[in-house]
This record gives sequence, structure tokens and C-alpha cells, in this order.
Amino acid sequence: MASTSIVEIENMTFKRGERTIYNNVSFQIPRGKVTAIMGPSGIGKTTLLRLIGGQLRPDSGTICFEGQNIPELARSELYKVRHKMSMLFQSGALFTDMTVFDNVAFPIREHTKLPKEIIRTMVLMKLEAVGLRGAKDLMPSELSGGMARRAALARAIALDPELILYDEPFAGQDPISMGVIVRLIQSLNQALGLTSVVVSHDVQEVMSIADYIYVIANQQVIGQGTPEELRQQESPLVQQFLQGQADGPVPFHYPAAEYSSELLEYARS
Amino acid sequence: MISFFQKVGANSLDNLGSVGRATFMLIGALVSKPTPIKSFPLLMKQIYMVGFLSLIIVVVSGLFIGMVLGLQGYTILVDFGAESSLGPLVALSLLRELGPVVTGLLFAGRAGSALTAEIGLMKATEQLSSLEMMAIDPLKRIIAPRFWAGVISMPLLATIFSAVGIIGGYLVGVKWLGVDDGSFWSIMQAAVDLEDIWNGLIKSIVFALVVTWIALYKGYDSIPTSEGISRATTETVVHSSLAILGFDFVLTAIMFGA
Ligand SMILES: Nc1ncnc2c1ncn2[C@@H]1O[C@H](COP(=O)(O)OP(=O)(O)OP(=O)(O)O)[C@@H](O)[C@H]1O
Ligand SMILES: [Mg+2]
Repeated sequence: MASTSIVEIENMTFKRGERTIYNNVSFQIPRGKVTAIMGPSGIGKTTLLRLIGGQLRPDSGTICFEGQNIPELARSELYKVRHKMSMLFQSGALFTDMTVFDNVAFPIREHTKLPKEIIRTMVLMKLEAVGLRGAKDLMPSELSGGMARRAALARAIALDPELILYDEPFAGQDPISMGVIVRLIQSLNQALGLTSVVVSHDVQEVMSIADYIYVIANQQVIGQGTPEELRQQESPLVQQFLQGQADGPVPFHYPAAEYSSELLEYARS
Repeated sequence: MISFFQKVGANSLDNLGSVGRATFMLIGALVSKPTPIKSFPLLMKQIYMVGFLSLIIVVVSGLFIGMVLGLQGYTILVDFGAESSLGPLVALSLLRELGPVVTGLLFAGRAGSALTAEIGLMKATEQLSSLEMMAIDPLKRIIAPRFWAGVISMPLLATIFSAVGIIGGYLVGVKWLGVDDGSFWSIMQAAVDLEDIWNGLIKSIVFALVVTWIALYKGYDSIPTSEGISRATTETVVHSSLAILGFDFVLTAIMFGA
């Protein structure tokens, strides 16, 4: 698989202070495919996207994008690499002082010298794709959470990057726009050959669009495979996550002292 | 006792660290090859936000402070029959001290706090991160134009403050209390050197650098939560005000001291 992967992570360890988020993990993201990353909340999925984007540096190990080791790149090289990727932030992160139209036009205006008319056409196409052409003159503060995320999605695909990192694209969407986004990710992927990395806990949607899935927990990749393979897997960790059971080998709780002793602590003192 | 020294030590290390980070931020923002076509509209927008929108508070304050100076100065001078010296009294107080200092304090409260809150919120809502991911350096795109806007606007505002203040002093002294019109202006002209104007201007440039830098750094370094941003905004006003008063003493000592 090595030659066909766009991102290769090897023996990567990342810590937040004392807490290890990733412990010596390795995996690849195949080019031209939709790869999903699933895992319980707070496990480090957003962190992983930021590591791939070069906003965070791992404590050890390599993260290669098209053969270049991201953590070792100089700033200017990193910026060059970032021209080829884009990220949909969990919060949308629209620029609040611009209209939806200007938000989507922003990366195009910054990085190309295209004439106004073409930029307008490009922006309208992207907005049409996410169903927000009618909202182009609204300010981000006038959008609902789901609309803001779709506008951000339009901005993320504005320059047709090679790799798109989607952080929770389905959160806060109604079933209709959820379906629209699922189809959008698929069609971008098939028509333009983009590579997509989708971080999400919506098991159903992820199973329906992903070509390959990694399940993360306990600082490791605990399961991987195509949706079919994953369903067949016997690993209790993976099954617990896919079926959404609170109790099982994957802890639902943030690491803590034992519950009863913490409750009693006050009484004792 | 030891823990007291530990605290002091840790605090000073913290402060040293933030001076270092602030310096890195500023260097990162300002050192680059100039791109006038892209930067100019950004700069103009910020001069509008930072400078023009502070104009009203500066003009109104200048007018009232000039009028108070005229009134207070007159009541003192008239006892010595020296009320014709009201002109230089008003002009020199404004040009040397009150213009730069009061404008600096107003600027910290009006524009500095707004800058900190704006940048802190941009950080909290991941706008700065998303610029980064678009391969656009937020230091150059967000920090640099705001810095230059502050540095350009504040000396202009201080000049306007002094000019309006002198008019305020004139209105009270001459029009109301009856100081002689001709001597008000002519004695003022004779007493005010070009050096006074320069020194006031230098002060206001120094204050502008300090206030804008503090405001931008506090926003950029803020903890991206509502509490963190509110603390950063308060710190901007407090630290800038103290810095202005401290630097004012130092600069005055250098310029006018023995
Ligand atoms: N700025 C930070 N400083 C310290 N710790 C952080 C910071 N950001 C995140 N963390 C920690 O890193 C862990 C992973 O965070 P991350 O945002 O990657 O989780 P996530 O998997 O994206 O969760 P979710 O599904 O809820 O978005 C969390 O447990 C959090 O406590
Ligand atoms: Mg997340």
C-alpha cells in the first residue's frame, strides 16, 4: 500500500503534557480514497488532523505527506504543502467579518490571480453544492450551526485541494443535509480523485462512505479495515464502538481516580 | 518564606518568557518582504477601525481638558496678573504631556481593548488556525496591519487632541474669561519651540508602539475561552496604562530633565 498512500504515519508518539494521546502509532491514508477515523470523544481525532496539517508536532516518529516529513519542514515548505490540503474545522471557523460569499472566495483570492468573474462563478458553484447559494450575502453570525459548517465546507473545497481533512462534517446536520454532505464527499472523491479523511462518530454515515476505516482508542489504532471487514471483526473493542455500548473495553470516562473513593474523599477529610 | 521567593522567581520567569514570546510575535509579523498591493487595503481598514473610530472620544476629551486647563490656569495666573501667559500654559501642558499621555490612555481603553478581544476571539473560534491551514500567516495577515494602524493612528490622534485642547483653552480663556486675544496667541507662539512639538510627537509614537504591541500580544497569547479573553482584555488596559505612565516619566526625564 505504501506507494499509493498520500499520508504515512510511522511510530508517532504525541503527548499533551503528561498525558499520552498517541503511543507509537503507524498507519497510512491511501490516495484517492475516503478514509475514516473513528473513536470516542476526546481520544485525539482533532489532534490527529492537526498533526497531519503540521499545526502540532509529534514528540517522536514521522508524518509524511507525499514523501515529505511534515514535522521537519521549514515554515515556507510547510505552507507550500498546505496549498495541497485543506481542513474543515470542527467549529467551522468562518471569518466573522466577511459574508459567506467572501469567506468562500477568500482562499481563491489569496492564492490565485483569477479574474473577478471566474472567482464569482467558482464560489457560486461551491455554494450551490452545499445548498447555500441563497445565503451568500449573510454574515456568519446569521447562520445556524449546521449552515455555518456547510459554508465552511464550501470554503474548504474552494481550491480543490488534493487532501481534505474533515473534522466532524456531519455533526449538527439534519438527515437531508447529512445526505447531501455524504454525497458531496463521495462525488468530490470520485469525480476529482481527492483524498478525504473524515473524522466522525456517526457510525452509519461513516460506514456508508468510507473505503477504509481506522478505529482509535487507548492511544492506539485498535481496529482497521473496510467497513465490511470491520463488521466481521471479533475484537470486542471494535464491536463496542460500532454498536455504541457504554460499557466495554473502551473506557467512556476521562482517566480518573476510582469513583467511589473520590466521592468518599470529602467525607473522610 | 521560601515559597514567597519561589513565587517571585516563577513570576519573573513567566514575565521574561512573555516578553520573549511577544518579541517573536512582533518579529514574525513585521519581518517580511513588503507586498503593498495586498497590504494597503488591509492597513486602511485597520486605520479606520483603530484610528478613525477613536476620533470622537479623542476630540471630545481634548476639548474638555483644554477648557478645564483654561479655567484652572486662568484662576491661578490672574492672581499674579499673568493671565496673558494662559496661551503658553495651555499649549505646553497639552503638547508636552496631556496630549500624548491622555490620548495614550484613551487609545488603550478604546482601541487596545478592542484589538485584544478581537484577536482573542479569532483564536477561540479557530479563525487563526484556519488561516494557518490555508497557508496564510496570521501574523502577517492579522497582526501586522493592526500594528501599523495603531502606530500610525495614535500620533495623529495625539496631535488632534492637543490642537482641539488649545481651542478649548482659547474658548474659555479668551471668549469667556476675557484674556486678550492677541497676546494669547502671540505669547504662545513665542513660548512654544519646535522641540516641544517634536518631543510630544516622540512620546506619542513610543506610547503607540507600546500600547498596540501589548494589545496584540495579549490577544494572540490569550487563553481561548470567554474567561481568558476577558482577562486578556483587562490586562491590556491595565498594562498599557501603567506602561504609558512609566515611559512618560522616563521620556520626560530624558527630554526635559537637567
Ligand atoms: N490545547 C490543549 N491543551 C491541552 N490538552 C488538550 C488541548 N486540546 C486538546 N487536548 C486534550 O487532547 C485530547 C484529544 O483532544 P481532541 O480535540 O483531539 O479530541 P477529539 O478526539 O477530537 O474529541 P471530539 O470527538 O470530542 O472532538 C483531549 O482529551 C483533550 O483533553
Ligand atoms: Mg474533535
